[in-house]
Amino acid sequence: MARPRHSYEGVAVAVPVTVPYVRYSTHGAHWFLGQAVAALVEGAGITKDQIDGLCVSSFSLAPDTAVGVTQHLGLSPRWLDHIPTGGASGVMALRRAARAVQAGDADIVACVGADTNHVDSFRQTLGAFSNFARDATYPYGAGGPNSIFAFITANYMRTYGATRADFGRIAVSQRDNALKNPNALFKKPLALAEYMAAKPISDPIHLFDCVMPCAGAEAFLVMSEERARDLGLAHVVVRAGIERHNAYAQDPVMVRGGWLADRDELYAQAGIAPADIDFVQTYDDYPVIVMMQFEDLGFCAKGEGPAFVRSHTLTHDGSFPNNTSGGQLSCGQAGAAAGFLGMTEGIRQLTDQAGEHTVPGAQLGLVAGFGMVTYDRCLCTGAIILGRST
Amino acid sequence: MTSTLTTLLSASELLGQLATALTTRRIRVIDLTQTLTPEFPQIALPPEMGQCWPFRIEEVSKYDERGPGWYWNNFSCGEHTGTHFDAPIHWISGRDLPNNSVDTIPAQHFVAPACVVDCSAQVKLDADYLMTVADIEAFEAAHGRIPTGAWVLMRTDWSQRQDPEAYQNFDATGQHTPGPSSEAVQFLVQQRDVLGFGSEAIGTDAGQGYHLRPPYPCHYFMHGAGRYGLQCLCNLDQLPPTGAVLICPPLKIQKGSGSPLRVLALVEGTA
Amino acid sequence: MTMPLMHPKRKNPLLRTRQLNLPPGARGRVALGLTAAASEGRFELQVCEACNAVQYPPREACLCCLSSQLKWRAQSGEGSLLATTTLHHSNDLFFRERLPWRLGLVHLDAGPTVMAHLHGEVGEAPTRVNIGARLDRAGQAVLIAFPFQGSADMADDKMLREMTSDPKFRKVLVTDGKTELGQAIVRALVKAGADIVWVGHAEPWKKAGSGLDDIAALPQVTLVPLDLTNGRSVTELAGEIGGKVDIVINNAEVHRTYGIASRRGTDVAKAEMDINYFGLLRLAQEFGPALKGRSADGETGATAWVNLLSIYALSNFPPHGTFSASKAAAHSLAQCLRAEMRPAGIRVINLFPGPIDDEWNEQMPAPKLTAQSLAASIVKALRDGVEDVYPGDVAQEWLERWRDNPKVLERELAAGG
Repeated sequence: MARPRHSYEGVAVAVPVTVPYVRYSTHGAHWFLGQAVAALVEGAGITKDQIDGLCVSSFSLAPDTAVGVTQHLGLSPRWLDHIPTGGASGVMALRRAARAVQAGDADIVACVGADTNHVDSFRQTLGAFSNFARDATYPYGAGGPNSIFAFITANYMRTYGATRADFGRIAVSQRDNALKNPNALFKKPLALAEYMAAKPISDPIHLFDCVMPCAGAEAFLVMSEERARDLGLAHVVVRAGIERHNAYAQDPVMVRGGWLADRDELYAQAGIAPADIDFVQTYDDYPVIVMMQFEDLGFCAKGEGPAFVRSHTLTHDGSFPNNTSGGQLSCGQAGAAAGFLGMTEGIRQLTDQAGEHTVPGAQLGLVAGFGMVTYDRCLCTGAIILGRST
Repeated sequence: MTSTLTTLLSASELLGQLATALTTRRIRVIDLTQTLTPEFPQIALPPEMGQCWPFRIEEVSKYDERGPGWYWNNFSCGEHTGTHFDAPIHWISGRDLPNNSVDTIPAQHFVAPACVVDCSAQVKLDADYLMTVADIEAFEAAHGRIPTGAWVLMRTDWSQRQDPEAYQNFDATGQHTPGPSSEAVQFLVQQRDVLGFGSEAIGTDAGQGYHLRPPYPCHYFMHGAGRYGLQCLCNLDQLPPTGAVLICPPLKIQKGSGSPLRVLALVEGTA
Repeated sequence: MTMPLMHPKRKNPLLRTRQLNLPPGARGRVALGLTAAASEGRFELQVCEACNAVQYPPREACLCCLSSQLKWRAQSGEGSLLATTTLHHSNDLFFRERLPWRLGLVHLDAGPTVMAHLHGEVGEAPTRVNIGARLDRAGQAVLIAFPFQGSADMADDKMLREMTSDPKFRKVLVTDGKTELGQAIVRALVKAGADIVWVGHAEPWKKAGSGLDDIAALPQVTLVPLDLTNGRSVTELAGEIGGKVDIVINNAEVHRTYGIASRRGTDVAKAEMDINYFGLLRLAQEFGPALKGRSADGETGATAWVNLLSIYALSNFPPHGTFSASKAAAHSLAQCLRAEMRPAGIRVINLFPGPIDDEWNEQMPAPKLTAQSLAASIVKALRDGVEDVYPGDVAQEWLERWRDNPKVLERELAAGG
C-alpha cells in the first residue's frame, strides 16, 4: 500500500499567458520565453525579480537549458527546473512548482513552455531527438512521429473497431472550438467530409490528424493562494495530479497510456469521480491518443472510445467538452508549449477568461499531458485536476 | 671511300668533316631504338624465377597543383627492358672477365661499325629461323669479310610486328622468335672477333634457344668472350649491309649488367 | 507477388543523372553492433547474459535486470506483424524520392517490438513475418520484414534492390579474366543476368591457357586490356568504360609462396604489392569517381565494388608471408575505399577466402575453395548486400580463431597452422 500523497492545498495557479503562434519565426526560443515571462510579470502586476522560481520546457533552446535562460532574461531564481518532456511538460511543471511553493522553496514560480520554429526546425529536431529514434525509427524514413502513431492508430482500429470517421469527429469538434479562439492558427471550419478526403500522410494518418508545428509560448504562474489573493489575481486550485513514465512497456504496441496506472489515485486525491469533471483538455498530438485518454482517464472502458465519441458532442458547449481552445490540432503545436496549452486553457475556463469558447458553469477540469516519442510510443503521461478557487 | 683518304687527313680534320657531313645530312643518323612505353613487352621467364620489370611511368606533375609550371615523370624498368644493351657480366660465362659491366666497358667500344645480315625472307617463313654459318658466308661473298670489332646485326624485320602478342609470339611450347645458331655464334666470336650481336627480337638468342646446345648460345659464347649484345632493335632495313657506324652507349650503372639505351646508326646520306 | 524487374530502357543521354541522397546514416555506438552483424549477413540483437532478455533498440543496460552483460546473438527474426503504414510524406530526401514506402511494426517472438521496412510480398496485419537485417544505401543496418514464403522474383522488390547489388541487368568489370577464378566469376555473372561483363587482361602476349578465349566467346563478354601495374592502362580503360560500369570486381592478384628468408630480394614482394595493393589504389582512383557519380542512376545504376582479399589479410600466414602482407595492405586500403564510397552509397564488399584450389596453393592441404564456389559466393554477396564475406571452411575457422584471440592465432600460424 503506497504512502498517501500530500494534497495540493494552498497552491494557486494564475495568469494564463499565450504568446501568439506564428508558423515560422526567425527569432530564437529565448524570444518567445522572454515574451512569455514579460506577459506573466505584467499580468500579475509584479516585478521581474519577484519571480523566484522558474520551470522551463523547450526543444529549441539548445545549447542553452533553463540555466542559460536565467542569465538571458536576468532572473535569479532560488528554484529551477528544466523539463524536456514535451507534451507532458505543463502537467509536470505544475506538479513540481506546486511542491516548491508548498515547501517554501519558492514564492512565485513561472512555468513556461516555448519554442521557435524555423523553416527546417522540424527535420533538424528529429535527427537527434533521442538515441532510439536515431537508431530505430529515423532510418526507416518515418516522418517524425507520424508513422509511429499510424501504427498505433491502425492497430487500435483493427483491435477495437474504430473508424476514421470516429477520429474525424474529434478533429471536427476541436476545430469548431478553435473558431471561437482568436489565438488559434486555423481559422476555417473543418467538415467531416473534408477530414475524410484529406491526403494521406502515413495511412491511416491523414492530413487533419496531424498537428502543424509553429512557434509560440504558453505560461502560467504558481504561488500560494494567499499570495494570489494579495495580488488580486483570479486563480484556480489544484485538486490532484499524477504522472507516469514508460508505462506498460511490455505492451507490444501502445493501446493504453500511463494515466491508466494512476487514475484511481487521481480521482481519490481529488475526492471526485470522472462524472464530476466538467471539461477535459486532452493531449491531442493525434486523435487516437485523445480517444485513449477518454478511456484511460475513466470516462469509458477500454475499447469503448469509438462509441463514446459517437454518443457525445465534444464542443465547448456540448455534452463532453474536449480541448475547448481547439487543441493543438487546431491551434498549432508550438513545440513544448503544446504541453502547456491545455493548462492555460483550463485556467481560463475556471477563471471566466475563456470568452466565446467558455464551458458553461465549469467547476472542475482535467488537463492531461502526453509526450516524448523516443521510439515507438510516448513515454510521459500525466494529468491534473483543476478546480475553481472558493 | 678508300682508306687513303683517312690517312691523309688529321684526326681533327676528320672530326670536322664528320661534323659538316652531319649538318648537311651527307651523313644521316638512323634511330634503331623502340620507344619505351608500358605496352612494350619485356622478357618473360618462368613464374618461379625473378622477372625483368616492364617499363612503367607515372606523372609527377603536369602544370597542375602538383607542380604548376612543369611537367615531369618518374619511371621504372629493368636493365633489360626495351631496346637494350647486354654486358658480359650479364651471363654466367662472362662473370669473371675484366671490364665486363656497363660502367667499366671501355667507352671506345660504344662507337663501332656494323654489318647487317638480312634473314628477313627466311624468317617470314619460319619464326624459329636460326642464322647459320652458311648465311654468314653468303653475306661475306656478297659484301666482303666481316671486319674485326664490328657489330653483327641480324635483320629479320621482326620489329615490324607492332602487336605485342605477335612480337612475343608465344604458344604452348614457349616463345618463337629468330636468332643465331650455336655454330654461327661460335664462328663470329672465334673466326671473326666481332664486337657483339644485335637482334630485332626480345633476345639475342632465338625464342627456343633454351633447347640449343649449349642453351642460349649467343649469350653464352658472346659474353663468355667479353662481347656484347643488343636487342629489340628496329629500322635495320634502313641500314646498308656494311658501312654503318653504330653508336650505343648504355647507362653508366654501377656493376650494371645492361641498360635500355638509344641505339643510333650513322649512314650515308642522299645528298 | 513481386513484379519481376524488367530490363531497363536505354537512358536519354540529355537528362541530368540523378544523384544519391542517402537515408539517415547516424547510429549510436551500441547500435552499430546491428550493422556489424548485417555486414556479414546476420540479424543479431543483444541478449542479456544474466536474464536472457532480448534487447531492442540497442542499449547499454538490460531493460529487465540492468545487467551490462549484453551480448550480440543471432536471431531467428520470426514475429507477428501488428500494423502497417504507407509513407506518403517524408522529410527525409531519400524516402521522399521513393514514396510511397511501406513500413511495419512487428512484435518479435523473442520479445521486442521493431519497426521495419516491409517486403512487398508481406500482406496486411495480422500476419506472421520473418525479420532480417540488411545494409541500406548509407551502409547501416535496417530491419526488413520478409514473408515466410517468397516468390521466385522476391529479389526484384524495389525496396530490397535499394539494399543490395544484384548483378542482373547491370554492367560489370572483372579485372583479371586470365585465371580460372576470373573465368568462373565471369560465367557466374553471365548466369546471374549481367548485361555486359568487361573482362580485363594484362600482357596479352603471355598466353595462359585457352580459358580466356572461351569466355571471350560469350555474347555478354568484352575483353579489355587492363594492367593494374600500369597507371595509364587503368586511366585509359576508365576513360573508355568507367562511365558505364555498375560493379567493379577486382580479382587481379599476384600470389607467391614466400616468407622473408625463403626468397632474397624484394622483387617478388614488390610484384605482389604492385597488383594486390597499388593495383587496387590505381583502380580505385580511376573508377571510383565514375561509380560514385552514377549510384542513383535508375534501377540498375552503379552499386558495388568487390575486392578479392584473403583470410591471410587478418593474420599473416608465414609460408605465404609477403603475400599475406600485401593482402593486409589491400584490406586496410579497402577499408579506406569503403569510407570514401559510402557517401555515394556504393557498397564495398571484401572477400577473405582461404586457399583457392589454384597453382600457387598446390602444396596447401585441403579443404581448398574451387573457383566455381568462390565465384558463386561473390554473386551471392552482391545479391545479399553484405560487406564482409569469409567463404569456405578454412576462412570461417580462421575468422573464428582470430575473433576469439588474435594473438593465439598468430602463434598457431607461426607453428604451422
